[in-house]
Amino acid sequence: MKFAILVNEGPYTHQASDTAFQFAKAVLAKGHEIFRVFFYHDGVNNATRLTTPPQDDRNIVNRWSKLAEEHNLDMVVCVAAAQRRGIVDEGEMKRNGKDATNLAPGFRISGLGQLIEAGIQADRLVVFGD
Amino acid sequence: MLHIINKSPYDRPALDSALNTGEGAILLIEDGVYAAAKGGAAEARIKAAQGKFKVYALLADLEARGIADRVTDGVSVVDYGGFVDLVAEHKTNQSWL
Repeated sequence: MKFAILVNEGPYTHQASDTAFQFAKAVLAKGHEIFRVFFYHDGVNNATRLTTPPQDDRNIVNRWSKLAEEHNLDMVVCVAAAQRRGIVDEGEMKRNGKDATNLAPGFRISGLGQLIEAGIQADRLVVFGD
Repeated sequence: MLHIINKSPYDRPALDSALNTGEGAILLIEDGVYAAAKGGAAEARIKAAQGKFKVYALLADLEARGIADRVTDGVSVVDYGGFVDLVAEHKTNQSWL
């Protein structure tokens, strides 16, 4: 079965991002497919590679990147939500005249259409937020 | 419909909103699992709902809150794999955020 996951909350502020990650892992362990993970609202903060949590804490961002690499996941960050919160890739840096990028590996910035497509293409869409 | 509740019943009315829909399955996660604690004020609501709703609670979140050993009778405890199965079994799901 094809699953899509929507993450609406940032890391370390609410459990939603942790639950979404554990759910994604369980989906894959069950042999299902993840069509896309979409990060919206404060959820885009899951995609900054500049986070440095204490060594004895989980690294939520790196954990997502690793899962994406291992399972070739499509992890999409909403562009408008990303612009507001300073999540920047190469294209956005040039387009908006910024001096740096911070998008973590495995994530890509795109539009809300990607969420709609996920809702259409996947058999199930599960929302994680506050 | 699978109703996913992540709010404590003592904080926000997510559980009641789900129960008001009439029937289906309820999965308690995150702070939502407090509704499954035996002896809590929400126990009566959970018991009353059991005719119309099948009620589940996520093990990891029960354990994190120290209430895995006192879950209200009739509530089924599931792990993350069980969470996935519930989503797959139900054609639709709603997270009551």
